[in-house]
Amino acid sequence: MNQDNALAINDLSFSYGSKKALDCVAINVNAGECAVLLGPNGAGKSTLFALITRLYDAREGQIQLCGFDVKKQTGRALAKLGVVFQQTTLDLDLTVMQNLTYHAALHGLGRKLARERIRQELERLNMYDRRFEKIRQLNGGHRRRVEIARALLHKPSLLLLDEPTVGLDVPSRQAIVDYVHGLTKEENLAVLWASHLIDEIYPEDRLIVLHKGRIKASGSINEVLQAADKPSIKEAFYALTQEAQV
Amino acid sequence: MSILHYWRALWGIVWRECWRFITQRERFISALVRPLVWLFIFAAGFRSALGLAISPPYETYILYEVYIVPGLCGMIQLFNGMQSSLSMVYDREMGSMRILLTCPLPRWFLLLAKLLAGTAVSVLQVYVFLAIAWFYDIRPPLMGYAWVLPALMLSGMMLGALGLLLSSLIKQLENFAGVMNFVIFPMFFMSTALYPLWKIKESSALLYRMADINPFSQAVELIRFALYGQAHYHAFVYTFTAFIVFMALAILGYNPSKGMMTRKGGAG
Repeated sequence: MNQDNALAINDLSFSYGSKKALDCVAINVNAGECAVLLGPNGAGKSTLFALITRLYDAREGQIQLCGFDVKKQTGRALAKLGVVFQQTTLDLDLTVMQNLTYHAALHGLGRKLARERIRQELERLNMYDRRFEKIRQLNGGHRRRVEIARALLHKPSLLLLDEPTVGLDVPSRQAIVDYVHGLTKEENLAVLWASHLIDEIYPEDRLIVLHKGRIKASGSINEVLQAADKPSIKEAFYALTQEAQV
Repeated sequence: MSILHYWRALWGIVWRECWRFITQRERFISALVRPLVWLFIFAAGFRSALGLAISPPYETYILYEVYIVPGLCGMIQLFNGMQSSLSMVYDREMGSMRILLTCPLPRWFLLLAKLLAGTAVSVLQVYVFLAIAWFYDIRPPLMGYAWVLPALMLSGMMLGALGLLLSSLIKQLENFAGVMNFVIFPMFFMSTALYPLWKIKESSALLYRMADINPFSQAVELIRFALYGQAHYHAFVYTFTAFIVFMALAILGYNPSKGMMTRKGGAG
């Protein structure tokens, strides 16, 4: 396995009863790389995330985080992972600070270190001044920022984002997209970003097109365009996932 | 993972649960109102209807209000256990349960910590209730307030584990109302919380058997005896065994490879 490999998925299959949700999926994401997982609703993106985070158990195939097998070395693997789920997972009745302190405790950070990391992450997202506000008082964009700060508190090597910009206005969306892409360069962080919004893709991103549980194309933007034989990502995406609409 | 990590996580989980409970004033008040209504209205009304002979741990004739207090302590814990599991179903639907389950600690530990947190909240509620009962002239021996703490911890853990088990089996929040009806009410009414076992036996042998095997009855008796400074070994062993069984099943239910989680599906 490549030393820089933050996420390595091989031959991963998963079914809900008789319904196949993922079929022989293979994905690699390296440090400092942003991989955008594109797929229409029901493509299997959230199932894939549930398997990577071990909310579900992968019975077929293998998932490794920084070389640690998610099934056999769960604790060490999950310590390398930061996650922002599609639905907000913050406690609305607690303040920003309390939510982050709780997360730091779950990851075993001491009080002093936790406070320092919380300050760093919130300052980077311009949220430090609002640390004593209850989550309920924040708008959707700010809640997402807090969730990103929380996912980074324990300095993970891989950041998973499951459609984090759904329901946000354009400036909030753009701010989050820019910030996360910046992290790949500044922190050498590996990012797997699930989305169905084509305008969230940067030119240097790697694309993975998932459709009905199968990888339809994977590679740089040019490689995906070539595979689909289309001039734009939008057209390539539709071509690769069109059978879903039939 | 170091011991310190476990300790910090446990502290974080317990602190969050207690903080949430304290700040949710309505929840705090409603948790107290329920047993107080039973004590001030139901028990007062029943006082004359129900004659109680002297039976351990009581050394003299007692008023019905005195008899019912340990049962109401159990009721607080029963409702709290179910409410914790309700909040876990809610957390799972809303996602915050995911944050807990994706932290790098074993799942059994996380569930146990969650259970301890819920139990801490229920013990807090019981002590506030006992303090109000004290002003209502229901005054067990002072040492009883200390003895009852381990009993409350065990009964709270057992009832919380039952709630945890139920939460692992329930797919949606909407299904929870049924469980409340099928679990809480039968458990409460078919127990020694409101009437002693020998009274139940007078009415129905079958009901008597069912009340006797009901783990909630045993938890109530454990609390009752502890509150009067006595140990009830049978109730202790029974409650402890029930806790182990419920907890083991709950851990199994939340195990990603064996449990119900994956069979429920639902991820996009």
